[in-house]
Amino acid sequence: MSPLSGYLLVAALVFAIGLAGALTRRNAILVLIGIELMLNAANLNLIAFWRYGPHPEALTGLMFAVFSIAIAAAEAAVGLGLVISIYRHLKTTDLDEINRMKG
Amino acid sequence: MPSNPGDVILFVILSALTVAGGLAAVLLRNVVHCALALTGAFIGLALLFLRLDAQFAGFAQILVYVGAVAILVVFAILLTRSSETPATGVFSKTWLAGLVVAAAVFAVLAWAVLQSEPALPHAPGEPQVSVMQIGNALMGQYVLPLEIVAVLLTAAMIGAVIVAMHEKKETAK
Amino acid sequence: MTSSFAENLDQIFVLLKHWIVALVPVPLQPLVGAVLSVAAIIVVFATLFAIAVLMERKGLGRMQNRYGPNRVGPLGILQPAADGIKALIKEDVVPYNADHVVHFLAPIVLVVVVFMGYAVLPIGRNMTFVPMDAGLLFYFAMGASAELSVFMAGWSSRNKYSMLGAMRAIAQMISYEIPLLMTSVIVVMMTGSLSLDKIAEVQNQYTWGLPHWFVFTPMGFAAFVMFAIAATAETNRSPFDLPEGESEIIAGYFTEYSGFKFAEFFLGEYVAMLSISGLGATLFLGGWSAPLEVLNVVPSWFWFVVKIMTAMCVFIWMRGTLPRLRQDQLMNFAWKFVLPMTLLDLMVAGLWRFMGEGILRWVVCSAILLAAYVIGGRAGMKREQFGPRSYRYAE
Repeated sequence: MSPLSGYLLVAALVFAIGLAGALTRRNAILVLIGIELMLNAANLNLIAFWRYGPHPEALTGLMFAVFSIAIAAAEAAVGLGLVISIYRHLKTTDLDEINRMKG
Repeated sequence: MPSNPGDVILFVILSALTVAGGLAAVLLRNVVHCALALTGAFIGLALLFLRLDAQFAGFAQILVYVGAVAILVVFAILLTRSSETPATGVFSKTWLAGLVVAAAVFAVLAWAVLQSEPALPHAPGEPQVSVMQIGNALMGQYVLPLEIVAVLLTAAMIGAVIVAMHEKKETAK
Repeated sequence: MTSSFAENLDQIFVLLKHWIVALVPVPLQPLVGAVLSVAAIIVVFATLFAIAVLMERKGLGRMQNRYGPNRVGPLGILQPAADGIKALIKEDVVPYNADHVVHFLAPIVLVVVVFMGYAVLPIGRNMTFVPMDAGLLFYFAMGASAELSVFMAGWSSRNKYSMLGAMRAIAQMISYEIPLLMTSVIVVMMTGSLSLDKIAEVQNQYTWGLPHWFVFTPMGFAAFVMFAIAATAETNRSPFDLPEGESEIIAGYFTEYSGFKFAEFFLGEYVAMLSISGLGATLFLGGWSAPLEVLNVVPSWFWFVVKIMTAMCVFIWMRGTLPRLRQDQLMNFAWKFVLPMTLLDLMVAGLWRFMGEGILRWVVCSAILLAAYVIGGRAGMKREQFGPRSYRYAE
């Protein structure tokens, strides 16, 4: 097993864990935590392919990962703002109870 | 063929830290403990980036994720009073379906990786990436994505503030 | 002969380390080198911490018209040892409802993260512990991680005062982190490298006997002042010490800590102060370079320690003289004055590079910065309308 497939398997595992967390937990914030884990796993994939790929001096994978980090931070901010706003409206963050469109 | 057993041991330790952090982040009952375990997973990933000779990405990961996103998650937990454990349990009613889907995704990805083993590139040289090259790339080839990310971050900041702001006049419903 | 002696004295620690490492068989050499560096950091900066604590108590005492501690040893010199022994033998009280694991980990995280920052500071010529290409980025990554330990301490105590102190401290630290980073970016713009030893080397040139320190350029001076303000706020030091204000919220986020854990927080705070003074000295005051060219016979690590201790004296002086800022005044100051000034300073630094050499760029840049400071100050002073008080709760 080459080093690259090791990193890819770890990234796949973290992605699956994040997906499981986003799909099975009740609290809205934990869904966002799962999403952050998935984004991080994708970043690990990008950097692993950059490192073991044919042209690492072109910096493509590294730049992609850095931009992905920046965008994930922006998305986390907006997502958590939404969660806070929903809490203020419905007084709960339990996703099983936020199941009607009319707020 | 791994060149050095020390490298393999280090990779296994760092991967174990990351995966353990991720598992703790989705399985623990107390949400604040989940957020702290998530920070552990971020640090494990940053160390994996450093192993992959991506120093800029590793330090940026710590600075942005541990220094900002983790704090943001923790503040949101505190402001929505999620730090008290709910009485109705922490897993939703449809947890089995979610678990099956995640396991299926992992199975497909792992099969794809192991199947394409001969086609993956092996044993490259170490890329010598200096920060000056990254700076030149950001200002040369990647200047358009840089400016777009700047606009995106400004928009996200303004949007997050507006979404989470108090309404000035409480309209009676 | 004399210059060779001075050079040897300058590099004495590097030569010592190479000699010790050469005594060990080859496979173990990197490990022994790393252990030696870590031991050196811990020993040197813990000693400087002890000296700084003593200086603070005596200095504050004199400023408040009293003697500081003067019982233990002549002039109270052994007071840090007495404090250490007291902290070690005190009972470690943890509240019953506290989250024990997180409560235990918080001071450890703080101390580890704060000591990691020293790895990239150039203590002397060729004396950076880990010379890194992106050294400044590493330093700020470690500084950002310290906020997490503040939150862990405040939340795990299950105490409203601790939680309040922790939230305030984190809000303050993230507000002032942006001016801190931007003022460092100004220095990076003038040097062209993120590596701290290169930044220190670039400032080691002399014109007419005076050094090329960045603090002597107009935007470097403005950046230095803003860096000092942001550094004082980052380490929760007076006049920005409302999160740990002793008369307001008892001790803020470390209310529930006693004994050795409190000593760890105390150590972490002072070591963070020394560390950020070291960074300020490297970025703006030339790091290890001597003030005048003739003084290069004195070793470079001596000048670095002198600069750090001078910065500590200024911190202590500010604590003894300035009143505390209220939380909203602090945040207003950060977002409405310091941050716009920093952005303007960045533009002036760009302007400096585009204008050629000569007296014109000094005049133009100084004029722009001075005008902005005066106008910003005047605009801030006019905001005296006191409307009806409004309360904002978390929900």
